[in-house]
Amino acid sequence: MQLEVNITGKSFVSAAGKRHDVLNNITFTLNAGEVGVLFGPSGCGKSTLLRILAGLDSNYQGLVTRSPGMRLGMVFQEPRLLPWRTVEENVRLAAPDVDAGTLSALFELLELSAHSNHFPGELSLGLARRVALARAFAIEPDFLILDEPLTSLDNALAGRLRDQVATLVASRKMMTLLVTHDLDDAVRLGDRLFFLSPRPARILHVETIAAPRATRGEPEIGEIKRQLSQLDLANM
Amino acid sequence: MLRLLSFALFIATWWVASLVIGDAKLPAPPAVLSVLAAEARSGALFVNLGATLARVALAFTLAMALGSAIGYLMGRVSLANRLGDPWLILLLNLPALVVIVLAYIWAGLTEVAAIAAIAINKLPTAVVTLREGARALDPALDEMATAFAIPRGRAFRHVILPQLAPYIAAAARSGLSLVWKIVLVAEYLGRPNGVGFEIGVAFQLFDIPLLLAYSLSFAGVVLVIETLMVQPFETRLTRWRLRAA
Repeated sequence: MQLEVNITGKSFVSAAGKRHDVLNNITFTLNAGEVGVLFGPSGCGKSTLLRILAGLDSNYQGLVTRSPGMRLGMVFQEPRLLPWRTVEENVRLAAPDVDAGTLSALFELLELSAHSNHFPGELSLGLARRVALARAFAIEPDFLILDEPLTSLDNALAGRLRDQVATLVASRKMMTLLVTHDLDDAVRLGDRLFFLSPRPARILHVETIAAPRATRGEPEIGEIKRQLSQLDLANM
Repeated sequence: MLRLLSFALFIATWWVASLVIGDAKLPAPPAVLSVLAAEARSGALFVNLGATLARVALAFTLAMALGSAIGYLMGRVSLANRLGDPWLILLLNLPALVVIVLAYIWAGLTEVAAIAAIAINKLPTAVVTLREGARALDPALDEMATAFAIPRGRAFRHVILPQLAPYIAAAARSGLSLVWKIVLVAEYLGRPNGVGFEIGVAFQLFDIPLLLAYSLSFAGVVLVIETLMVQPFETRLTRWRLRAA
């Protein structure tokens, strides 16, 4: 499984009739087992890029080549659950073939076991995010997209959820693309970091972290973060 | 309990009013009740109520099914909306009487004409309501369904339909009350049975107890159907909302 991205441009026309360029030149390849991280300022077009990669937007210049039969799991910025279906029904709707054992293990890991019969309206944002994660993993994806899965959660909760995401991502050989603007998350979860410019977004810098994710210790993570924060992104 | 009290108050007001106005114009409750009992004994009451209910059921189902489909299409496809909109405005503002009279002229004094005329009167309100519902569909959930490759049929049932449900309920509620009103006019003008026909007869004979007997039993049927069928249906549809913390 492989994802080849070669987007030369993406623009849209606003309601006022003005043309806005969102993406400029985005070229990269993602392989199975690899976690790519899109790192960039808010509003730089990360979500637009994700929508193109997910096949939700086909109105762009360039070419995105996906392996045929690729299963996509997506965690949107907002949980996007069906409020009129219970937690379990929400997951099963996306993944009708999931067996009970896999599902209960997934719920166990994400601490959702007690909530499987609740409606999304009864859940906190943190829990709703976990349901969205469970849904994306339940389909056993070949390509996983995570659009800022840890934002607007307090530090302790975000930390715990990040560990759970790391466990889940490690449990399956798939391509993962994570969007974040937290350098810590990026360094802890990613194998290759793509630093994006402000709109229209292009790739400024690619940082490949050689050490496998599981073996990175706190001193190494600190060192990578220190090096990355010295990058002069504004003048690239 | 409160409902019973309110009903008792209605009877009391009626009784007092009949004493003030006089029996000739507004008969007292017992007089109406005895006519009602006589009609029930002869079976005429049930035949007529049954005929009216059957027309309501057919016209309502027809108009809801067609109206929902057309409304959904117009909300989702802008070409359909542009083509359909002038017709919709015309139908919305066409008086019920015109539709009924024309239907009887063109299709004869038949059951088909009556049911079609009632359905046509209700159709545009269902279309307008469902069009609003289709326009209000959440594109974020559509994207979710696309991203997870949920098949169209399943997505319609689990993603689209629950979003339309409150609009369908609203169309059903307003549509049913419209159909209750129009069915009597259609029966009055061209059917040999039904509550509307009986009320027409009572009007010509100036038989006010008969008129009231049929009006009240009809109102009773409407009340029963609303409380036992429409309201529980609405509660069921919004059950997930009530439990929200």
